[in-house]
This record gives sequence, C-alpha cells and structure tokens, in this order.
Amino acid sequence: MFGYNREPFLFKAYLPVRLSELLPGNTAVVREVEDVGSADPIARRLRDLGFVAGEPVKLVTRGPVGGDPLLVQIGFTRFALRRSEAARVRLQSAGATP
Amino acid sequence: MSSAETALRIALVGNPNCGKTALFNLLTGSRQKVANYAGVTVERKQGRYIAPSGRVVDLLDLPGAYSLDAASPDEAITRDVCLGIAAGETRPDLLVCVADATNLRLHLRFVLEVRRLGVPVVLALNMMDAAARRGIRIDIAALERELGIPVIETVAVKRAGARALVERIDGPLPPLPPTGDADLDLHAEVRRLLAATVSMPTRTAATDDAIDRIALHPLWGLVLLGVLMFLIFQSVFSWAEPLMDGIENGIKALGGWSVAALPEGPLRSLLADGVFAGIGSVLVFLPQILILFLFILALEESGYLPRAAFLLDRLMFKAGLSGRSFIPLLSSFACAIPGIMATRSIQDPRDRLATIMVAPLMTCSARLPVYTLLIAAFIPQRTVAGLFNLQGIVLFALYVAGIVSALAVAFVIKRLRRDRSEHALLLELPSYRWPHPRDLAIGLWERAWIFLKRVGGIILALTVLLWFLSSFPAPPEGATGPAIDYSFAGRIGRALEVVFAPVGFNWQICIALIPGLAAREVAVAALGTVYSLSGSDDTIAAELGPLIAGQWPLATALSLLVWYIFAPQCISTLAVIRRETNSWRNVWIAAGYLFALAYAASFITYQITRALTS
Repeated sequence: MFGYNREPFLFKAYLPVRLSELLPGNTAVVREVEDVGSADPIARRLRDLGFVAGEPVKLVTRGPVGGDPLLVQIGFTRFALRRSEAARVRLQSAGATP
Repeated sequence: MSSAETALRIALVGNPNCGKTALFNLLTGSRQKVANYAGVTVERKQGRYIAPSGRVVDLLDLPGAYSLDAASPDEAITRDVCLGIAAGETRPDLLVCVADATNLRLHLRFVLEVRRLGVPVVLALNMMDAAARRGIRIDIAALERELGIPVIETVAVKRAGARALVERIDGPLPPLPPTGDADLDLHAEVRRLLAATVSMPTRTAATDDAIDRIALHPLWGLVLLGVLMFLIFQSVFSWAEPLMDGIENGIKALGGWSVAALPEGPLRSLLADGVFAGIGSVLVFLPQILILFLFILALEESGYLPRAAFLLDRLMFKAGLSGRSFIPLLSSFACAIPGIMATRSIQDPRDRLATIMVAPLMTCSARLPVYTLLIAAFIPQRTVAGLFNLQGIVLFALYVAGIVSALAVAFVIKRLRRDRSEHALLLELPSYRWPHPRDLAIGLWERAWIFLKRVGGIILALTVLLWFLSSFPAPPEGATGPAIDYSFAGRIGRALEVVFAPVGFNWQICIALIPGLAAREVAVAALGTVYSLSGSDDTIAAELGPLIAGQWPLATALSLLVWYIFAPQCISTLAVIRRETNSWRNVWIAAGYLFALAYAASFITYQITRALTS
C-alpha cells in the first residue's frame, strides 16, 4: 500500500518523473502536462486547475485501496486525482531550475 | 410587466464551492440549497430583488465552473449564459464573479477568463471572514487596480455580508474591463497578481490538515466512514421512537374524538378508514425522515462528503462508477430525484449514466415508512451484543442490500459497455466548515414542509381515491364476507394476486402497490385504509403494525421488504431519468431491470423463508 513505485530503484537514485510516482508527503515542481491522445480533455482540465510549469505540487496522501486515488495539493487547493490522471503530470528533476 | 424591460440582469459566476448560491440567497431572500462541496448547484436559478434605488435586479445563480472550457453538463450551462449563447436567454448586463478569498490561486484564473468576455464584471471576494482567520491579507485597492474591475469584499454567510456589493451593483455599471492581451498566460498573470496583492502565511488551514490525517487515513478513514454510516441508521430508529409514539397517540386521540361525533355512514367511514387510518400511518414517519436529513445536511455542510468520495473512489471505480458518484448516490438516500439531478456534476457521460441507472436502488426516504412498518411488526425488538438494536440492524442491512445491488448493477453495465477509454475523477476537496445551526434548521424545516405537503396533497388524494374504490360498489343484499371484497379495489386486488401469489403478496398488498407508484409512502397509507375497511367497525383503534403481524406469514413480510429494495415504484423518478438522459430507452431499461430484480428477489425470499418456516 505504501511506497508503491513502478520504477525499479535498485539501479538509480529515486527520482520521480511523474506526479503519480511522487511519495506521500513529498513536494516537487511541475514541468508540463502531457496529452494522452489528441485533444485530451483531462490534460486540458489539469492545466486549467493550475498544473503548469513551475508550479509546486505536493502529494498529500493516497487512497486506502491500491494507493489510488492520490490527494494532491496544487496552489491552495487539494484535488483527488486518479493515478492515470496524475501520470500525465511530468515533474522537473530536482536540480533543474524552473 | 414594464419592470422586466428596465430590470438589471446580473449573473453570479465563479469556481465551484465559492459561495455563489449563499450570496444569491442573501441577496434575493431565497432558500436555494447550499452545501460544502463542488457542484451543489447544477442548474440556473433565477431570483429578483429591489435595489436601494428602487431598481429591479434580476439575479441569475449559475453552476460553478473551473473554466469556460466546459467539461460537464453543469459547466456547459454557465458557459452558454456567459457567452450569451444559451437558448432563450439574453446575455447578462453584468457578471458578478465570485471568488473564495482563501483559494485565490485557483479562483483568480477563472476571474481572468471571465474578464475577457466583453461584459462588465465585478469581483466579489467571498469568505473574507475565513481569510482573515487564516491571516490572509489582500490589498483590495491594488487588486482592483491590477485587474481593472471593481473588487468588493463579501461574507455570504453573514446577514450584512453583501451590503457593499448591493451598493456597488446599484451604482453605475462598471466600464468594460480591459481586454488585454488575448495570448496572456493566465496562470502567470495569477501568480503576478498574488505576489503583488496577497500575503498568505500558509497554503492550507491547519485544522484541515489535522482532520484529514484521520479522516483520510487508509485504515482509520474507512473505519470512521463505516461507523458514521452505521450510527446514522441506528439513530434513525432509536432516537425517533419516542417522537413517533407521541404522534401516533395524538392522531389516534384526534381520530377517535372526531369520528365519535359523527353519525354512522359514508362520511364517518371516509374520515376513520380513509383519512385517519391512511394519513396517520404515514405521518408517523416524520421524525425518522427528519433525523435522516439532519445527518445528511450536517455531512453536506461539513465538507466531509468529498472525502468519503476520495476514500471510496477505487471501490466504486471497480464497480463501474466513480468517487464522483458518491454524493449523488448519498443524496438518493433522501430522494432519487435530487440525486439524479446531482449527477450533472459528473464529467464522464458513461459514469453519469451508470450513476443515474443505479440511483433508484439507494433506499430513498419514501421507502422508510414501508421498511419501518414491516420491521416493527415482524422483527423482534431485541438488543444484540448488548449495544445494538436488532431492528436498526435489519434496517441497516436493507440499506446495505440496496448499495450492494447498485454496485452489482453498475458492474454489469460496465461489462456491457464497449467504450473502455479512461474515466476522469479530478475532485476538489474543500476546507472543513462547522455546519451552521440556522442552515440546518432551515433545511429540516423545508424537508418537514415538503413531507407535510406530500401528506396533505398527493397522499391524501390517493388515500381518499383508494377509500372510494375500496368502499364502492357496496356489497349486494345478504352478502356475508367483508364489504371490500365486492368493491372495485377488491376485484383489482384479486386479479393482481394471480401475478403476485408466487412472491407471497396477498390481495391487500396488491392493491397498495398501485397507488404506491405515485408516491411510495402511499403503499403504507393504502394498507391502512384497506385493512381498516376489511375489518369490523372498531378496527380504527387498532394500529396497522400489530394487525398485519397477526395476519401475514413472515415469508410475505420479508418478501415485501425485499421487493421495496428494488421496485421501480416511483413515476417521478422515471420521469426525471427521462429528462436527464433525454431517452425513453433508458427509462424502459431502468424500469424493466428494477422490476425483474424485484420480482426475482422477492420470489427467492418468499420461497426460501416459507420452506424454512413451515
């Protein structure tokens, strides 16, 4: 339930690439929202809600069953996002400047 | 009307859950439903007030929207009105854009979107009291200057909280806002505005974080949700009892007193068997309905419901629904009609249709009288495990049976569906708020009033009609059996009994099922009338519960309980399904599958119980 992560982190330092991989309690900075297919309404809505480059985002907690959905803080607002929705949000790597 | 031409047309727009409807109620003196979650208002509501100058203001309350790029049916309404493309609607003269002062990072973006529309805009910064409590300071003058539109502070939950807004609206129309750069990056602009005009010590309220640590905990969160739901159904039974006894005794006394004064004849029979036996048997359930609503209203106001949706999303998704279905389905415990309307806030059309189809399976408050009558008559009043009331447990089980079958039906719908593309959740979790006692009181008063109007209106009318059908034609000379056997109702009941004998329904129940189509509670009233007429003269004093307890086998009672979990006996629900899905096919599917399930489940229950008890 906790610490679930698709990436095998045996070989490299743990660096979440997508919001869905962020660990609970951690904060990162959004790089972009990717469209899945053309004219992706979910991606568009995510951008409207504030998931845009340079915006800090925090994974507050995960849902009780299968770690889904995710509770995400963006700006002053908390949203419940499914893992597949959060996977559209790519994060900046730790060293990069926004 | 001449005032309609000169009336100022204003629309309230803004993000979901920023207090538009609270403001609307404050300005117009209406009592539209307010609660603490996104998507309470799903249709346009119109109101009117007279400004201090004497000018008439037509105020439109619109569903909340995150963006004018609408993603759900309720957002589309707002978009169409704002753009002036709504059918039969002229574009408003002024838009009052409402924003939650504690949530400006999100809400200011929509303000910027509205500012571009080419209509005069006033920004109402709502919830200024909550912002002050959290130490948020906003430089109003600077914000006004930067935005180029008037900015007014409001507190929609306080009586005088909109005075400044009323005065501003009454003044000259503000000039058209600066159109600015069409390619302006709205998010970058919001960040610039916030940096220049707002100081905010923390991003979130500390109390929200503290409560959410428990309420959203993977284990304790679910335990809390389960306990909460169970407590509601326990209290519906145990708290209501003394009140119900009081009402019952009152009606009995009133009935006995007024009937005694009348001579023997049709009028006396109408009063005793029709009005008092019928209406009285429904009126008794007022306390239970109010207790149920007290909990639902308090949960809605607190901001807990979206949390429950968060906890249950995965389970509901597996069953073919969505966490977003949770609030419409919970409202359906009150009544499926507002529940089905509330599905407008579900973005995904497939999730929305599935939620509409299973909403009638949620046990609505109109079924409560039937359940409680049968439970009180057939389930012994016993304490289980030293703590719980057995009757309360059975009631809870009936609710659970409804929920489980809803999940099963949704699962089947999901299986039958060909389109398997992704479903969206994207649900906002609001700040917690103490339910306002005045709002709860008003909400309860309205529910009581609606119930009493139903009792005095459709239920009374149907009861009188049923009394007529059950009393005429009068039995022929020298007839031996009870008079009702020879009446219209008696004949209809006997004809239907052929169909319903396999599920154990006697002809009295068959009669009661028909008026139950218009309003489920009438089934109880109808049984009251039918039994009152079939018995000897003094049965007016006897209550319906003990009477059927003595006459029905247990198998029949359980079969009828199970029937009511599924039965599509509500014409209004079917009508609202037709309206919301715009399809007769969906109505037939819903009615057909519900009837089939009801018949099958009752058949199984009846046959098994009979085998076990004989």
